[in-house]
Amino acid sequence: MNKTLVAFALAAALPFAAHAAEYQQIQTDKSAINFVYKQMGVSMDGHFRKFAAQLSFDPAKPAAAKAILDVDLASVDAGSSDADQEIAGKQWFNTKAFPTAHFESGSVKALGNNRYEVAGKLTIKGRTQDIVAPATFTPQGNSGVFDGSFTLRRGDFAIGEGGWSAFDIVANDIQVKFRITASSTARSTATSGK
Amino acid sequence: MNQRYTRTAISLHWLIALGLAGAFALGVYMHDLPLSPTKLQLYSWHKWAGITLLLLILVRLAWRLTHPAPALPASMAPALRLLTHAAHGLLYLLMIAIPLSGWLMSSAKGFQTVWFGVLPLPDLLGKDAALGDLLKNVHQTLNFTLLFLVVGHAAAAFKHHFIDKDDILTRMLPDHLRKA
Repeated sequence: MNKTLVAFALAAALPFAAHAAEYQQIQTDKSAINFVYKQMGVSMDGHFRKFAAQLSFDPAKPAAAKAILDVDLASVDAGSSDADQEIAGKQWFNTKAFPTAHFESGSVKALGNNRYEVAGKLTIKGRTQDIVAPATFTPQGNSGVFDGSFTLRRGDFAIGEGGWSAFDIVANDIQVKFRITASSTARSTATSGK
Repeated sequence: MNQRYTRTAISLHWLIALGLAGAFALGVYMHDLPLSPTKLQLYSWHKWAGITLLLLILVRLAWRLTHPAPALPASMAPALRLLTHAAHGLLYLLMIAIPLSGWLMSSAKGFQTVWFGVLPLPDLLGKDAALGDLLKNVHQTLNFTLLFLVVGHAAAAFKHHFIDKDDILTRMLPDHLRKA
């Protein structure tokens, strides 16, 4: 078929085709964006129900990797319906004016042993900050799983203004954990069919 | 004959009475506030107070079991004695069940209790919204049952003091108030 031909042509054109499994197809059902925040010493778990990701990652060429993530902030589950409503509001995410959080990777550094350091720009509520997130990559058959985390300081993005801006009730540091599962595309088919 | 309560029993009685009144008033006030930093703070304080009271009540129960209460007046009718013992038993039961139900409710609602923001208590139940709502009703019902009993308890004490003119009320008062 056409697909096979294209794949074959691609594989032939690439000098390191054998390693060129490129992970692009996001499996949203096996991906998650979770976070942990602290409220007067109490750890609370939350997550986002909706997000979209674009990825191109080739373990052989990590420096060329690219990741773009858009998180639907109104899809937040912060542990209770009261909290979800509050967080969508003006003082927190202000989802009416700023519906999504946007992440775009800059550099991806390989640290060895399937560990990487992903740097990029995170934009929430009109404010952009540089973030660095360590991540691991675990190949699983035809797909691969990226697990990583970073600490977001909500104050940097004006998440929680007014009465919430002090950090004595809801702490500034928010631990964000992501798991992105992607399946490899045509080129890996060519590789495995070799 | 043992005519009065021990100083420890008297202190625990009044300390817990004060604590229960405070936690009750706070609970009534905070439960339908709109979400705000103040609300989260009050909830934490209420939960810390509840766990502290649970500990005090367990200490008090242990004290009571090892230090028998002074006898009831001989003039009391057997049925009234039975009622008194039942009411006191129920008071103890509620004082233990109320903070426990609050703890369980917190677990079911997904808000762990961290005593004074430092000591995390284990969640005795998994997160379950329906169970959380049920436990909220349980917590509320137990509290109003306690309020009802406490009113009866106080009324009985006053009846003993002003009508029967016995020492039932004064033997639970601190020394300096008793002489009055």
